Amino acid sequence: MAVLIFADQAEGHIKKATYEALSYGAKIAELTGTTAEAVVLGSVSDDLGALGQYGVKKVYHVANEALNHLDAQVYTKALAEVVQQSGATVLVFAHNLTARAIAPRLSARLKAGLVAGAVGLPDTTNGFVVKKNVFSGKAYAFVKLNTDIKIVSLNPNAYKAVAGTGVAEVVPTTITVDSPKVKVTSSDKVAGEVPLTEATVVVSGGRGLKGPENWGIVEDLAKAMGAATACSRPVADSNWRPHHEHVGQTGEAISPNLYVALGISGAIQHLAGVNRSKVIVVINKDAEAPFFKAADYGIVGDIFEIVPKLTEEVKKLKGIA
Amino acid sequence: MKILVCLSKTPDTTAKITFKNGNTQLEEAGVQWIINPYDEWYALVRAIELKEKDPTIVLHLLSVGGADLDPIIRKALALGGDEAIRVNTTETSDSFYIASQIAEVARQGGYDLIMTGKETIDYNGASIGGMVAELLDLPYISAASKLDLNGTTANLSREIDGGEEANEVSLPVVVSCMKGMADARIPNMRGIMAARTKPLKVVEPVDAEKLTTYVNYELPPAKAGVKMVSADNVGELVRLLHEEARVI
Ligand SMILES: Cc1cc2nc3c(=O)[nH]c(=O)nc-3n(C[C@H](O)[C@H](O)[C@H](O)COP(=O)(O)OP(=O)(O)OC[C@H]3O[C@@H](n4cnc5c(N)ncnc54)[C@H](O)[C@@H]3O)c2cc1C
Repeated sequence: MAVLIFADQAEGHIKKATYEALSYGAKIAELTGTTAEAVVLGSVSDDLGALGQYGVKKVYHVANEALNHLDAQVYTKALAEVVQQSGATVLVFAHNLTARAIAPRLSARLKAGLVAGAVGLPDTTNGFVVKKNVFSGKAYAFVKLNTDIKIVSLNPNAYKAVAGTGVAEVVPTTITVDSPKVKVTSSDKVAGEVPLTEATVVVSGGRGLKGPENWGIVEDLAKAMGAATACSRPVADSNWRPHHEHVGQTGEAISPNLYVALGISGAIQHLAGVNRSKVIVVINKDAEAPFFKAADYGIVGDIFEIVPKLTEEVKKLKGIA
Repeated sequence: MKILVCLSKTPDTTAKITFKNGNTQLEEAGVQWIINPYDEWYALVRAIELKEKDPTIVLHLLSVGGADLDPIIRKALALGGDEAIRVNTTETSDSFYIASQIAEVARQGGYDLIMTGKETIDYNGASIGGMVAELLDLPYISAASKLDLNGTTANLSREIDGGEEANEVSLPVVVSCMKGMADARIPNMRGIMAARTKPLKVVEPVDAEKLTTYVNYELPPAKAGVKMVSADNVGELVRLLHEEARVI
């Protein structure tokens, strides 16, 4: 039995998306009358016992340095061994880039059905059915997993992380780890920045910004709000902004609590990637811009005038001088 | 050097998505089909660029599904590639089943590089590449935004959470491709003519398990309607976001 949650780490720290996955996994364990356990691969500096706050009883820690970097093949084999040792029947991932690299491999290796991008708890009244995002945000599907072992990869911001008081037992775990075949020749991390897919608030700019030199107002607002920045496709295509900021049907599909769209018209392909945001704010000088139809709050006006004012108001609210 | 590019079809990006038969099936009436953009713009076009640099490369395209895929496959062949293979099946809802078909073709063909899109824009599984890699016991680079070949080595960039990293790996390898890898192309007349006579082999599927079933679908709830705030009263927006929506 047992629900096993993969606690993803980067540079020794557990990722935020993992807390949601831990709480989600603990809830599944509660609903199915079993216990939740976590697995951590690679060296970490965080206190792993603290993961118990999110409801896991045990943390299997494979502190092998060969696992400090993600190699999908090596990770998969290691995880498969931990699954076997723990006897887990439900595996939970946070649906981030790491999960996209390893969950499908693990699915094939264990012949375990996978739901990629789950947005709700499984319904176990008739088998094991999980709701997931399909058509890039245009619809949801209910997917039944037909296998003994089930893998669920949880969409960011789809389940709230709830911290309690528990302490987990940390179980140092030794398994044979292959040496990676993929060599990491360099790594470029934007330090301290919130990854777009994990962000709870996103400030996004479109062609209305006119050029990359004007992004200062977007960044200032994002900073005041503690938000990640995103952009529309033509903005990334013109290299005004890095490709990984591109949201929409052919970019990243995101689901933050708040999405602020500045100078974006709201084309159907753009909306597909952002319409699962809980609250959408649109600022556009064109009152007829289609984005207003998908928005919760809107201002018709010039972003170059409004955004700096908005930043000031947010700072006031947050008490930032 | 042999490259295999996997292609899927998806509804056009402007398609309005609705369902029929008690929300158990996609309503296909009126839906235009396209090659999944990640497969076409990035995987296929990059493979064509690699072949343009090194004409000795043999480039095969592969798609799993019914005869309705053939027009899409011809369109892809019009962009480039030597020949196409279609695994003839109507079972296209389970990723593991599809990956098993791709893995079988890959085994038979002895490819050095297998390329897929990062995900399909319909079922958003982002699973096929990883599953194929596992079935073939090959390394897998997911969400790659750059790919170059140097002899039997591949040099890649891939997205990681919060950044990017450069990878080096010996072939054979499976790569899922995203933005950055290449720019979209449109087929020209010569390509379209040439595509008509390129071989499109139809092969029968192998037995494989299906690990998942799509039970039914749901559309997201409609928005309640937008609340407009005056441009002269930006503070009001901040108040609403804080007190009413409680998101800041
Ligand atoms: C196959 C396909 C896939 C696509 N995928 C995506 C995708 O994934 N993501 C995506 O974003 N797009 C995608 N697109 C493109 C999409 O159709 C739109 O072209 C694009 O989203 C428009 O970007 P935009 O809103 O930034 O620019 P525009 O449509 O040019 O809109 C600019 C907006 O800024 C406003 N504006 C201008 N100046 C100001 C000002 N001073 N103050 C306030 N407002 C101002 C204008 O009123 C306008 O509404 C795709 C298209 C295709 C064909």
